[in-house]
Amino acid sequence: MREKATTIYLGPQHPGITGNMMVRLKVMGDTIVSAQTEVGYLHRAFEKLQERRNWLNSFTLMCRFCVPETDPMENLYARAVESLDNIEVPERAKYIRVMVLELARIATQLMWYAGQNGSLGLYTMGQWSIGDRDYILDLFEQLTGGRVYHMYQWPGGVRRDLPKGFKDKVLNTLDYLEKRLKDYDDLMFANSIFQKRTQGVGYVPKESIIEHGVVGPVLRGAGIRSDIRIDEPYEVYDKLDFEIPTQEGSDIWARALVRRAEVRQSIRIIRQVLDQMPKGEFNTKIPNPMKWRVRAGDTYVRAESGRGEVGYYAVSDGSIHPRRMHLRGAAYVHAITLLENILPGQNVADVSAIMNSLGTCAPEIER
Amino acid sequence: MSFFDLQGTLKPLTALKQFGKKPHTLKDIPWKKREASDNYRGLHFNDLDECIGCGNCSTICQNAAIDMINIEGIEGKKGDSGLRPRVDNGRCCWCALCVEVCPTGSLSLTKDYIYITEDPDAFLWTPGVSNPDGEARKSYVSTHELSINEFNRVPMPELEGKERIKSFAEVVLGYNEEQAREEASRCISCGICTEVCPDHMHIPEYINAIAAGNDKDAVKIIYDNNPLPEMCGKVCTRRCEDVCAIATRGDSVAIRWLKRYATETAATADITHEIVNPEIREANGKTVGIIGAGPSGLTAAYYLALRGYDVTIYEASAKAGGATMYGIPKYRLPIESLEKQIGYIQSIGVKINFNTKVGKDISFKEIYDKYDSVFMGVGFPDAWPLGVDGDDAKGSMQAFRYLYMINSGEKVDIGDKVVVVGGGNVAIDAARVSRRFGADVTILYRRRVEDMPADWEEIEGAEDEGIHIIPQGIPTKIHKDDKGHVTGIEYLKAEMVADDKGGRPRPVAIEGSETILEATAVMAAIGQMGDYSFLPKEFEDKIKIERGRFIVNEKQQTGDPKVFAGGDAVNRTADAISAIADGFRACKAIDEYLSK
Repeated sequence: MREKATTIYLGPQHPGITGNMMVRLKVMGDTIVSAQTEVGYLHRAFEKLQERRNWLNSFTLMCRFCVPETDPMENLYARAVESLDNIEVPERAKYIRVMVLELARIATQLMWYAGQNGSLGLYTMGQWSIGDRDYILDLFEQLTGGRVYHMYQWPGGVRRDLPKGFKDKVLNTLDYLEKRLKDYDDLMFANSIFQKRTQGVGYVPKESIIEHGVVGPVLRGAGIRSDIRIDEPYEVYDKLDFEIPTQEGSDIWARALVRRAEVRQSIRIIRQVLDQMPKGEFNTKIPNPMKWRVRAGDTYVRAESGRGEVGYYAVSDGSIHPRRMHLRGAAYVHAITLLENILPGQNVADVSAIMNSLGTCAPEIER
Repeated sequence: MSFFDLQGTLKPLTALKQFGKKPHTLKDIPWKKREASDNYRGLHFNDLDECIGCGNCSTICQNAAIDMINIEGIEGKKGDSGLRPRVDNGRCCWCALCVEVCPTGSLSLTKDYIYITEDPDAFLWTPGVSNPDGEARKSYVSTHELSINEFNRVPMPELEGKERIKSFAEVVLGYNEEQAREEASRCISCGICTEVCPDHMHIPEYINAIAAGNDKDAVKIIYDNNPLPEMCGKVCTRRCEDVCAIATRGDSVAIRWLKRYATETAATADITHEIVNPEIREANGKTVGIIGAGPSGLTAAYYLALRGYDVTIYEASAKAGGATMYGIPKYRLPIESLEKQIGYIQSIGVKINFNTKVGKDISFKEIYDKYDSVFMGVGFPDAWPLGVDGDDAKGSMQAFRYLYMINSGEKVDIGDKVVVVGGGNVAIDAARVSRRFGADVTILYRRRVEDMPADWEEIEGAEDEGIHIIPQGIPTKIHKDDKGHVTGIEYLKAEMVADDKGGRPRPVAIEGSETILEATAVMAAIGQMGDYSFLPKEFEDKIKIERGRFIVNEKQQTGDPKVFAGGDAVNRTADAISAIADGFRACKAIDEYLSK
């Protein structure tokens, strides 16, 4: 009897999907024959909304592009506007920003630990890492006044200086996390189930990587050493000493190892930042937001998020509203074009794990 | 890798060491409310007394979550709209930009983040009313240092004090384009100033235009209800600036200087005409006679002429402008500036008969019979004498008369030691003018310097020019020599006594504290009064006069429905902008009266 392909709809509501999107799978038995992504469940028209707001209050939309990792987006907006309007940012603010960005990177990877393992049925890991992520959110709360949506980096610098005793709190948290990473290794990376479910799974060929413009841990997991923090250093990354970890496998396992190493590098960066952070101003006052006309022009800025490069294109026509804003996120290419290309031939049970390892973030796809 | 990996099986089991440990995210079981950080952005709180209802929070809110509403027990007053913010917690995203832009610093966010209620409408949260005890819970606040508002005014370039007293050159030099744009950008467009301006000028609108670089638009907006804006831009009493929202924690926006900047971009009457490009209605065949070419008369004339009326002004002096022409020294308001504005008013068809004193050159009755309606903007041409022993001496004069004579080009002998009695703008003007003629000048004032009704910038200017101010001095006698010429003024020192009725403290003379100041001239600047001798008896009965002023209704209409009045002869504030407001109101009322 000839087997007939069955269509399976994964999502838009599914615990294995990071955010509301759908993948329509055609399967023969357990093997995927073709995959088609469908998005449109989360479209909030942020880019369009920004055109109707002024140059200050459109910054509050940035953090909503990607809920688990809000800070690189805020950083992009701030830098885009600063570059358009020639705003000088105090050195201290740059250090604070890097600290925030790296804390955010750790928080994102802890979230990824949970998602990656959850997609394979290893729920204990998720409970640990999400719990530990809360310590970082505590830090964010003390620093910015918010746990998830920080709305902290804005054009000119950051909104508030470090609270009293904050450095020590960060160092304590980093010490704790470093200890915990050992536990993570034992539970996750040493775990033969995890290894077997990830090694050789979700392979991305090098041609696809170039073809689709793949970035971040997926790119580095394929052995290509590329990171915006090194390639085009922003803030004070050029003054910091850190490594860009790479792996060769280009599968879920390789990407996991890259992320594992990145957490350690972030801790290393934050320690240096706290050590080098100068005293002084943390913000350059922007003009009255109701009348602020940013100089006409356009700019494209890039930053390295936990999922890879994010870029932001900003156009000003010299009015009090942004003329056109566009975000280029990592998730768009990874979770739409690349995913559709690499899923055929994979096992249907691995789809969630693959999506997680690609850094899928549905809110960022749709903006 | 073999099928069975011993290490890969055993190592994960080390997780069992966590067994029985309490989860660190929930420290207290049973669950207890967690205290938020000191910086937390929770539910809003508003200090209702500090808030002035400017609505800047509502303007910045990207989610339209903040409405400005009336609250029981809070009434609007000068500098306070009486409105307070109400937050729709269903729309709020807790970005706290409302806090960052609050000019008073009254709005803050608190540590409170849990709010549970069965009332479906309770998501509407009125900070300060919904949480009256929120003061102690404040966390995310905007201090003076952290505030996003620009509290410092762009300094106005001025002539140096020493330079100034050499001539009657204009002291204030005016903003250049860049300075004006920068200063205009400080405005938050709340419009609290508009309410206080007697003429309700469109302040946020023209400042917006200046900030956007559209000076011509600004001029057009300004001319919508003020035909003498450059004069106001130089010498207005600017009550608008007293209530400026930014002034609650900093320098008010320089509204007056910005108006001056905009109107000065129109360099001549013709350019003004071109920019304002007024729509003049076809002549309607009706006539209006106006007595007095002061600010109120000129305003009424301008807007009536725009509406198609045939307007004729009768002016006793050789030049138009009234007190602004003759009472204000030229270093504050140069004659060319005023003539440019009056030239523009004439260019749209307003006729002015100069040197025509009503009651002498033409009778009031004649004007009354000739025109369909009459507007009186006669001002306060006379000044109060000091009323102390010896004030008939030669060299004892009224400051207002002195200014009139100087502005008319007459020479006045004041000698080298001048004492001016009074604390208003006229006193300062007379003092600064005398200083320019080389005299040593002292101002003698009954109360404290901070009680002086004169503009603070004028007081500072006088001090910069070397004028000495003696506060708390009550003049009692003017000394004169054999020829009847002033030699000095005697005064008693005063102490300030609190007023039982809650009014401002009164000066009470200290017995035995007589002091004599040497003087060659004494000028009284203690107030002006009207001269209504031009009114025949039958009209005086009909047009009621009480306490030296015409009685008018809210439309500036006197007891005789055909006769309207405005300016100093009507309102107590006795400033140019009130006179302009009177003229503008009267124009509308006359139009209404004659359109019936």
